[in-house]
Amino acid sequence: MEAAFEHFRLWLAAFLTLGIFSFLYKDNPWYKLSEAIFVGISAGYWFVVLFWDNFFGKFWVGAGDYTMQWLASVFTGGESPSAEGVDLMLWIGAILGFLMLLRLIPKIGWLSRWPLAFIVGATAGLWLINYIASNVMVQVQATMVPLFSTVFGAGFDAGSGVIIGGLVIFLGTFSGLVYFFFSKAHTGAFGTTARVGVFFLMITFGASFGYTVMSRMSLLIGRIDYLLGDWLGMIK
Amino acid sequence: MTTKAKELIAVAAILIFSLIFYLGKTFGWEPTEFSTAVSLLVVILLLASLLWILVLTLQGKLIGRRVVFLYVGIAVAMPLFMKLSQEMPVSPAVQGVYDAVTELEPGSKVLIACDYDPPTAPELQPMAETFIRICFQRDLKIIIMGIWPQGPQQANLALEKILAEPDIAAKNLQYGIDYVNLGFQAGNEFVIQRMGGSFKSMFRTDYGGIPYDELPLVRNVKNFSNIDYCFNLSSGFPGTVEWVQIAVDRYDVELGAGNTAVQAPTVYPYLSSGQLTGLLGGMSGAAEFERAADARVKGTKYMLSQSVSHIVVIAFVLIGNVAFIMSGRKSALKG
Repeated sequence: MEAAFEHFRLWLAAFLTLGIFSFLYKDNPWYKLSEAIFVGISAGYWFVVLFWDNFFGKFWVGAGDYTMQWLASVFTGGESPSAEGVDLMLWIGAILGFLMLLRLIPKIGWLSRWPLAFIVGATAGLWLINYIASNVMVQVQATMVPLFSTVFGAGFDAGSGVIIGGLVIFLGTFSGLVYFFFSKAHTGAFGTTARVGVFFLMITFGASFGYTVMSRMSLLIGRIDYLLGDWLGMIK
Repeated sequence: MTTKAKELIAVAAILIFSLIFYLGKTFGWEPTEFSTAVSLLVVILLLASLLWILVLTLQGKLIGRRVVFLYVGIAVAMPLFMKLSQEMPVSPAVQGVYDAVTELEPGSKVLIACDYDPPTAPELQPMAETFIRICFQRDLKIIIMGIWPQGPQQANLALEKILAEPDIAAKNLQYGIDYVNLGFQAGNEFVIQRMGGSFKSMFRTDYGGIPYDELPLVRNVKNFSNIDYCFNLSSGFPGTVEWVQIAVDRYDVELGAGNTAVQAPTVYPYLSSGQLTGLLGGMSGAAEFERAADARVKGTKYMLSQSVSHIVVIAFVLIGNVAFIMSGRKSALKG
């Protein structure tokens, strides 16, 4: 039975992979079927994951179950449940989550703005310092490197590679900043510097594009390796 | 013959071809491997045909887009049959990860955060496997976790593979003592932040449901201060950027990272600023890491396909530009 399931699994994955590839020829029912299965399974998978990990795993285990047991004990006069590991603060999250769903009822849909306001405010407050520290301060510090020495105060001990690297960082940073300075017309020497900045930006975008091509090729290699290796056994 | 009939014949041919090879595999056919001479011949034929397409383009005969797809497919598939291997010099970024992990004392605790899923496995799985192999070879203790749901599952696949290797199997490593998988935790970057205070508050049980306190390896691990090195495998948000911002900059964690090629350019600035000890960028990073660890497996094998396909892409970019210029559209655009 297990072997039969393994055969089925291999063929199903190959069928869907080839179905997606078939779009390269032209749009067709095989592609549409594969795409619909992918979208449907993804939606179902994420629903299950979010339900069990967020709603059940966090809220229900952490507060919901305890609250229900406590209410039952109050109404029936039974023993109160143990509060060990219970975090009643989770109710705030649950209520805010519920308010978000009220968007589905137009008359009281405005209540869904409260959780959104909470998310935006809390996220901005929490991450403002992180971003300034990690993406501004440390990066500015790393850009301010000595041009002709390996460390500050070491004299002229840098090799040609370090000097050229330092000059490229200086020129790239300076001209890039000039390009994004729009309070002055990009003419004359200022305009020339801004144009140099554009070249640096183009090189950056080009490198980024090259990496993206590599990444997409990697995905293709992974699928081809599956088809020729795992499925058909033609390669090691 | 109608187009529909031709298409049906093509599908039937693919099905028959697949059935033959699938049955062959089931009956024990050996995988095909080109000799060096055949491999070189295939590469030469590929380059010659590209040259021929360039000549056709110069003559004004343009090829269809499906030919480009076919060439890319061939460029990716053929190298997988080849014996050839590509020399990959190890870059300082990759060497940084290797040095950081090999300088750890035996028994050191390494946290591996697997924040990726199957679509990016071709790039990140070879990195995970090589990293886990190095850790086990050097008797480091591994704690796995993920803030992507499928990350810990991918880690289990890597663990299963590495634990089956003879030299690692001989060590008789025990789950809970030498390695542990804490599983997935929902909450994105807030999980990292909470881990700075207490691991247990985020992972009450491991992947299989064993309570945190019953796992000898992590019983005394309170937070990041008990971790000697952290390695993040990331393919997007939340990932390396969040690990740097929280774990590194707030809790002084020593962090190395393996990223998809798409993400790598956004992460490189953290490397030059010293916020990362090293970075494996995309498949080339995986191949370099394998070379540094002297274990040339999947990443190295895939890299030949990567290189040949890049040559084909560059060739078609050039051919496309030639066609563009030949067609006179450039002058038309200029008015």
